Amino acid sequence: MALLVDKHRPRTLESLTYHPDLSARLSSLAASGDFPHLLIYGPSGAGKKTRITATLRALYGPGAEKIRIDSRVFLTTSNRKLEFNIVSSNYHLEITPSDVGNYDRVVIQDLLKEVAQTQQVDLAAKQRFKVVVINEADSLTRDAQAALRRTMEKYSPNLRLMLLANSTGNIIAPIRSRCLLMRVAAPTEAEIMDVLAKVGKKENYKSCEDLERRIAHDSERNLRRALLMFEAVHAQNDNPSDKTSIPPPDWEALIGVIATDIISERSPARILQVRAKLYDLLTHCIPATTILKTLTFKLMPKIDDGLKSEVIKWAAFYDHRIRMGSKAIFHLEAFVAKFMRLYEGNLLGMDIDFDD
Amino acid sequence: MNNFFDIRARQAAAAKGTAASSSKQTGTTENQRLQPWVEKYRPRSLDDVTAQDHTVTVLRRTLQSANLPHMLFYGPPGTGKTSTVLALAKQLYGPELIKTRVLELNASDERGISIVREKVKDFARMQLSNPPSGPAGEEYRKKYPCPPYKIIVLDEADSMTQDAQSALRRTMETYSKITRFCLICNYVTRIIDPLASRCSKFRFKSLDERNAGRRIEDIAKLEGVALEDGVVDTLLRCSQGDLRKAITFLQSAARLAGAGQVTNREQKKPKRTKIEDAEDDDEDIDAMDVDAKASASASSTAVTVRSIEDIAGVIPNATISDLTTAIQPTGPGTLYSRVSRTVTSLVADGWSASQVITQMYDAIVLSDEAIGDWQKTKIVLCFSEVDKRLVDGSDEHLTILDLCLQIAGILGAR
Repeated sequence: MALLVDKHRPRTLESLTYHPDLSARLSSLAASGDFPHLLIYGPSGAGKKTRITATLRALYGPGAEKIRIDSRVFLTTSNRKLEFNIVSSNYHLEITPSDVGNYDRVVIQDLLKEVAQTQQVDLAAKQRFKVVVINEADSLTRDAQAALRRTMEKYSPNLRLMLLANSTGNIIAPIRSRCLLMRVAAPTEAEIMDVLAKVGKKENYKSCEDLERRIAHDSERNLRRALLMFEAVHAQNDNPSDKTSIPPPDWEALIGVIATDIISERSPARILQVRAKLYDLLTHCIPATTILKTLTFKLMPKIDDGLKSEVIKWAAFYDHRIRMGSKAIFHLEAFVAKFMRLYEGNLLGMDIDFDD
Repeated sequence: MNNFFDIRARQAAAAKGTAASSSKQTGTTENQRLQPWVEKYRPRSLDDVTAQDHTVTVLRRTLQSANLPHMLFYGPPGTGKTSTVLALAKQLYGPELIKTRVLELNASDERGISIVREKVKDFARMQLSNPPSGPAGEEYRKKYPCPPYKIIVLDEADSMTQDAQSALRRTMETYSKITRFCLICNYVTRIIDPLASRCSKFRFKSLDERNAGRRIEDIAKLEGVALEDGVVDTLLRCSQGDLRKAITFLQSAARLAGAGQVTNREQKKPKRTKIEDAEDDDEDIDAMDVDAKASASASSTAVTVRSIEDIAGVIPNATISDLTTAIQPTGPGTLYSRVSRTVTSLVADGWSASQVITQMYDAIVLSDEAIGDWQKTKIVLCFSEVDKRLVDGSDEHLTILDLCLQIAGILGAR
């Protein structure tokens, strides 16, 4: 059984529920034959991918949905072999170059060149060009982006790129200026409720507006998350009512526990306990920056208003450290210790900062 | 002797061949519509280059005399450096010779030391190609001066490694009889001194609004794009003096506004291509413009200010002023919840963080007179720190929240 998220994913541009002007733009671009390179950005769970699949369908018809997965092997300059998965249909292919880390330039160059040099084989195809969808374009290395730049110009008759990114900040200016930028904003809570109601109706769930409102609120405007939560609630309770609690994901619950731990006792012994939990999270592949961010926002409601901006300051500071440093646990612990000190200092009414 | 005639015959054949192939080229004009406007409206001669009077006067003099120094062009992006040198090359050599006499390398080409050693050196060493001989050649010479040297254009030279630059030093001198270099860069300081001292430097100043605006209006007219009032100003503001950026924005906006009108333009195409067969490509494009003008009446939707801002990723003023009012210190207690709510919705809307801080900087540091100098100095420190973090890839939500709270703290402390 497919998840609700996949089962009810809109397949055509017309059936997209929110951002009607964006859909209209995409469909008129798809119809015009003069299709530019696209750079689609927005927060996760906003529907970037859904929009792209729908656009591909508008460009090529239902054939674009018949996808297969091949595994390819690339050779790097130092003769290392790289395994790389490509999702493709007859008309497009989809790659996530950040899978191969620093070697993404090799993949980009080899693969795109190969695609671009062959013309569309299928004579019945509606468009002369093929489309390459690049996921997580903002984590491409500079080298790979520079390589992309040349490819985009050189092979533009045979090839269109669709780049997906969370933010345009990490994409170099020459690429940005070659693409048509499209921002997909996250749906508002009302829009999420709308979707939940529709999906609930199709699944014959009992409608329950208050529950939907709470889910929409808890999802932080992330539609995918909202749908997963919605499904979880209905899977766990046969007959959910307005008061059914919404179970948070395991890791979030654990971070919540950490937050209460930190607040209740501030001592080196407690740091040791917290460390075990942090390790637990890290070994379950929760990114360190996500842990830090979630922890910060879990701590926020529990502390004095005066302290909040100071805590955020240090959270941002250690977030930066995590990105630049090599071992995440150091910085997470440092944040915990820092927080304890700030909190203690605030309780005692001291305003001394030992760092200066 | 026999050989010599062979060459003659071959050249004649080649000339015929090009004439024949020019009819094929009309097929490619089909794609011209898809061509970026930045390429399409590159200045074709030095006279077309806007706003760089000093440089243009100097270069025009070189058109008359047969001498040209090594050149170093520097200035901010989108001010016409590459365009100028290409226009100069075109005027010097004409369409036939330009392929063999000019080598253009930019940053997207491999340009390590090995390339400088091989490709650049080989090209620099190569014998000069000759303009076509016979009466056609005479004609050609009259039109274009064809001075006895080649030009090597190294675009974005500041991204060349130090080693590669030093490898150029000797090459520049050894082959100076038959080769001239033109280095183009944004930051003249990144060019090593020995190279810079071998070139005569030209600074390209940032385009002034009047000239850039006129150029944009021209292009819009030629492409038959209707512009709303204020669009040109918005374009200039969003692109910050970078004409290339402005033109790209314009094209994207026109695409969105006029996506439906493409079909009627295409219908007109076949008629034109036959007439233009024999003429050279400059006129071909001019004719294309006329054609576009004809269809101008057909396109009805105008480019709006909002659509330009959308494409440029500019955040609407209302959103920014929401943020700036949220960080004003009015009554304690609610500050965090106010700021965090605004920032959360800002992030959820998908605005890019770097854009947010640029516009906040404008709003707070540049245009808010109520904030004292002392506070501003502190605020600027925060901006610098945050910008660095964003470039390093920190989490946008936390970083912006941090920035806003810090600014609020500074404002509250007065």
